[in-house]
Amino acid sequence: MSATAQQASPVLEARNVVRHFGGNRAVDGMSLSLHAGEIVGLIGPNGAGKTTLFNLIAGSLKPDAGEILLGATPLHWLPATARIGAGLGRTFQIPRPFAGMTVLENVLAAVQGQSGERIAMNFLRPGRVRAEERRAEARALELIEFVTLSHLAHEPARVLSGGQRKLLELARAMIAEPSVLLLDEPAAGVNPALLEVIIERILEINRRGVTILLIEHNMDMIARLCGRIVVMAAGRELAAGTPAGILANREVIEAYLGEVGA
Amino acid sequence: MLELVSYGAFFLTVALTYAVIVLGLNVQWGQTGLFNVGVAGFVAVGAYVSAFLTAAPATGWLGGYGLPIWAGWGAGFLAGGLVAAGVGRLTIRLRADYLAITTFGVSVTVQLAALNLQPLTGGPFGVSQIPRPFAALAGEALAFGLANLGLLAASVLVLYLVLEHLARSPWGRVLRAIREDETAAEALGKSPRRFRIEAFALGGAIMGLGGAMQAHFIGFIAPENYLPMVTFQVWAMLIVGGSGNNRGAILGAVLVWAIWAASSVLVEALAPAGEQARAAALQTVIIGVALCAILLLRPQGILREMRRLRPAPSSKTDAP
Repeated sequence: MSATAQQASPVLEARNVVRHFGGNRAVDGMSLSLHAGEIVGLIGPNGAGKTTLFNLIAGSLKPDAGEILLGATPLHWLPATARIGAGLGRTFQIPRPFAGMTVLENVLAAVQGQSGERIAMNFLRPGRVRAEERRAEARALELIEFVTLSHLAHEPARVLSGGQRKLLELARAMIAEPSVLLLDEPAAGVNPALLEVIIERILEINRRGVTILLIEHNMDMIARLCGRIVVMAAGRELAAGTPAGILANREVIEAYLGEVGA
Repeated sequence: MLELVSYGAFFLTVALTYAVIVLGLNVQWGQTGLFNVGVAGFVAVGAYVSAFLTAAPATGWLGGYGLPIWAGWGAGFLAGGLVAAGVGRLTIRLRADYLAITTFGVSVTVQLAALNLQPLTGGPFGVSQIPRPFAALAGEALAFGLANLGLLAASVLVLYLVLEHLARSPWGRVLRAIREDETAAEALGKSPRRFRIEAFALGGAIMGLGGAMQAHFIGFIAPENYLPMVTFQVWAMLIVGGSGNNRGAILGAVLVWAIWAASSVLVEALAPAGEQARAAALQTVIIGVALCAILLLRPQGILREMRRLRPAPSSKTDAP
C-alpha cells in the first residue's frame, strides 16, 4: 500500500520543527512526511522526542520553529481543538477516557459538528438535534462493535482494562472521521490477546483509507504494521527505512543501547 | 390557620426565588466546576435591571419605565447573562481560587455601584414601588400568596425541566467530558474555554432572573440585600441539597431557607429585646453549623449527583 502512495504529495508533513523546554531541545529540527494510506512507525529511545513531536503535530504544544502541514493546510497556528475537525485525530500514550461516562457516551462526545452542542439549538431545533443524536449513536455503536467493546457499551469507562481503554480511544478518534491518525504507543501495557485485536483493528482502519503515524516500542508490532520506520534520537531523525533495513542499522542499535555515535 | 397557610405560601415563594438562583449556581459549579463566589453580584444585576425597567418613575432616578413584569424578568435574565459572559471572557482561564477572588471582587463592585450610582440605582434607599405579580389580589393575603407561589413554582418547574434537558443534551455531555478530562476533550475538538464561558453565562443569566423574581415578589430592593451573605446562603443551599443535582439545588434552597427563617423566629423569641440585632448574627452561625454537619455526614449533599450513565432514551435500536 505504501509503495503506491509515494508519488502523491504528503497528507501530513512536519518541516524542521523545533521545540525547546528550557535548555533542552526536545525536538531539534525534525522533518517527517506521511503519504496517503501509509502506516509509518516512529521509534527511538526514551527521551528521543517522539511524544513531543506528537504533541506538536496534534497541537497540544506549539513549535518554537518549523511548519506542520495537513495536506496543504498549515496546522501550526490552528488550536488543538480545531485539528480534529481538520482531519487529524490522536490517541494518548496513557489513555484518557472520560471515566465517569459510559463507553457509548465517550464515543458520542467525540462526534464533530453536532448542533446539540449549542445551547439554543436544543430548544430551537430539537427535532434536528434528536435526529443527529440518533445517527451519531448508531455510528458510535458500530464503532464500539468494531473495537470489540459492545458488551461494555453502557458501562462507565472506568471499568475498562488498559487495553480496552486503548480500543475505546481508537473508537473515539475514529468517529471524528480523521484522514490522519496519530497513535501514541497503542500496544503499551496491553495483554497479548488484546494486542492481536488492536493490531488487527489498526490494519483495518488503515484499509479504510486512514493514514497512520504510530509511536511504538514493540518492534514485532512495528514490523507487522509499518511499511516505513522513522527513527528519532536526541530530537532529530537518525534513520529512516523499511523495518528490515532499520533493524539491521548499527546506528539505531547503538542509539537504543544508549551510545549515540556523534 | 389561614394566616399559617399564607405565611407558608410566602415562605415557600421566597425559598423558590432562591431555588432559581441556586439552579444557576449549579450550572456553574455543579456541572462545570466554576467557583463563583460573586453570586450576589449577578443577582443584584438582574434585580436592578428589572426594577429600572418596570417600576414607577421617581424624582432623582433615571429608571421607572413601567414596563410589564415579564419584560423585567427577561431583561434581568439577559443582563445577568451578559455580565457573566463578560466576566467569563476575562477570567475563565483562571483556575478555582483566582476565579473565586475575581468573582468576589465583581460582586463587591456591583454592590458598591448600587450603593453609589444614585441616579441609576436609587442609592442607599434602593428602589421601591416595584410592581408585584397579581397586585390586584394584594388585599387578600391568602389569594395573593397562593397566586405568587403558583407562579414561582411553575417557573422553577420549567427552569428545572429546561436544565435537565440541557444536562442530557450533547452540550451537557461535552461539559461533563471537559470536567472529566480537559486534555482529552480538547483533542476531540471541544474547546473547554467556549463551553465554560457558555455555562458561566447561562448560570449568571439564571441568577439574574432569580434576582428579578425576588425583586418583584418583595416589591423593594436596596444595596444591603446584595451583600456577600447572599452568596454564602446560596452556596450553603447548593452544598446542603447536593451539588450537581438540580433537584438537590431546589431542595437545598427550601431547606436552608427554612433553617434561616426558623432561626430568625428563634432569635426573636429567645434573645432579650436589646440584644436582638446582635443575636441575629447567630443565624449565620446556625447555617454554618448546618453546613459543617452536612459536609461531615453527607459530603455530597442530601441528593447526590445523578449519574447520567444511561444514554438518552433515543436508543430504541438495542438488540432484543
